[in-house]
Amino acid sequence: MRVLVCLKQILDPDVPARDFQIDPDARAARRGGANLVTNIFCENAVETALQFREAAGGDVKITALCYGESSAEDCLRKAMAMTVEEACLVERDGSTNPDAAAVGRVLAAAIRRLEQDGGPFDAVLVGRESGDWGVGQTGGVLAEELGRPALGFVESLQPGNGSVTLRRQTDVGIEVAEAEPPFLVTITNNEDNVPRIPKTRDVMMSYRKPLQKLNLADLELDSEEIRAGSSIFEVEEIFIPADEVECELAEGDTLEERVDQLATRIHEVVASIG
Amino acid sequence: MANVAVCVLGSLGYDRAAQGAAGAGRALAESVGGELHALVIGPAGDDAVAALATVADRVVVGANEELRDYQPEQALQAAEQLHAAGGGDYVAVLLSNDTYSQEIAPRLAHRLGGSSMADAAAIRMDGDHLLAQRTAYGGKAISIYRLKKQPAVVWLRARGFEPAPGQQSAGEVTSVDLALDAPRIRITGREVAEQEGVRLEDAQIIVSGGRGLGGPEPFQELKRLADSIGAEQGASRAACDAGWVPPNWQVGQTGKKVAPELYIAIAISGASQHLLGMGDSKVVAAINTDADAPIFKHCSFGIVEDYKAVVPLLTEKLQAIAR
Repeated sequence: MRVLVCLKQILDPDVPARDFQIDPDARAARRGGANLVTNIFCENAVETALQFREAAGGDVKITALCYGESSAEDCLRKAMAMTVEEACLVERDGSTNPDAAAVGRVLAAAIRRLEQDGGPFDAVLVGRESGDWGVGQTGGVLAEELGRPALGFVESLQPGNGSVTLRRQTDVGIEVAEAEPPFLVTITNNEDNVPRIPKTRDVMMSYRKPLQKLNLADLELDSEEIRAGSSIFEVEEIFIPADEVECELAEGDTLEERVDQLATRIHEVVASIG
Repeated sequence: MANVAVCVLGSLGYDRAAQGAAGAGRALAESVGGELHALVIGPAGDDAVAALATVADRVVVGANEELRDYQPEQALQAAEQLHAAGGGDYVAVLLSNDTYSQEIAPRLAHRLGGSSMADAAAIRMDGDHLLAQRTAYGGKAISIYRLKKQPAVVWLRARGFEPAPGQQSAGEVTSVDLALDAPRIRITGREVAEQEGVRLEDAQIIVSGGRGLGGPEPFQELKRLADSIGAEQGASRAACDAGWVPPNWQVGQTGKKVAPELYIAIAISGASQHLLGMGDSKVVAAINTDADAPIFKHCSFGIVEDYKAVVPLLTEKLQAIAR
């Protein structure tokens, strides 16, 4: 079987709010001193794919794919250090924040190219959303571009008899589904797909693994529309909300007095609900 | 003629989220001088259909029996066909923020040749484009997106919108038979999480605990507090990831987006990802040992104190007031 995992490189989302700044011209966050990292849900997807390969008894080959800047090579190397077999970087051209339509078309074209060369992907895994813009539309758009069925918020894939068993999180609990390949899933996190730390030996080995580089011309997508990356949506405005409020702290000489105040305030609100 | 559609899953009924989506839809429809239509995926209770007819000018129900239990591929096909059955001249198709609507939205937009967007907290038309406001960068920023193709297919932070007002005359209800293929991904089992009381998203009062609690046991103490004021319990991602409480307690960017009248954050520092989940709360109260914790910049009142000292005493006082 072949499994493909899509990765996105983003600004480290754990930058504290006090260091966070907007570049109004770029309509995006300023990089500042922040690192570039692999989006966490994409790393959860890599881990989920690796666990699927282990459960299937090894007869699974995993490819990591990214549409990004040359720096995104680091994300792909890290995926290979986590023991993904091979990787492909489509070098981004144009907008630094292309919309889901552009990203979906580029990823779909790259997937078709990789399938021509190495056979069909039974499963395509995409992170549920990114830690930067968090729009969460890429998986759905890609499923449509590929014409494949899809399921969102999946946390594990288990090999079945000719099909794959999926477990996913919904707002009312867990759902189990049977999927007939080829299909696409978006991956969410749970306690079992925390990304593994690569072993030193695997980090060294990752530099010997194949990393194919493609550009938009290779995929016959070298168009103004793809480079602009704004055919369906674009950021009109971005700002840091001035939503800090004055907090009234409980005062008093004793703990008893302070908690009394707190209880009174809580009771006022509770009573107003009725 | 330009209309607005609100897309509702029959199995979920006309809940608070659907009411909010319909409210947002009515406001948008008025702004373009069009009608509000409700497109219902799957059989819905008579009550739900009747309620939708009081707020929408037209209700189109795709009542195929195989839509009773949600299957993503079929729900998507249904939404596409209901869109056509309703006339298809929609500037926007609005959905709620349940899991199913979230996964349908981008695919439906693609099939209809439109633009999609997620988790919008405010929407308005600007000429032919829809502008959608939402958070970005894990809640550190607010972004406004311009959706350039029609229809704009948007799932909303639905409970944050006022419910749609009732109309003078009930909307026309039609039922259509849809042509559905057998799905290649089939949901075969559901393990509905045990849930005492109401869903967190619908809760009026929430008592949430975070990393600072240090383990699962203090949640028992918080439960006594919650019970004394009729609250539901929630948690931060740290507490859920540590396995102290079930994952469906999680409030935050990747958990539930809640909108209670009162949110009490206990031993929660207030990382932007958590603030994003509780941001629609009317009143926030915080209990934390760290006076510099970000949560104190996002609450109406609070106390700088160890929860261990505060919670039992607070519970006792609130129980006394209730008596």
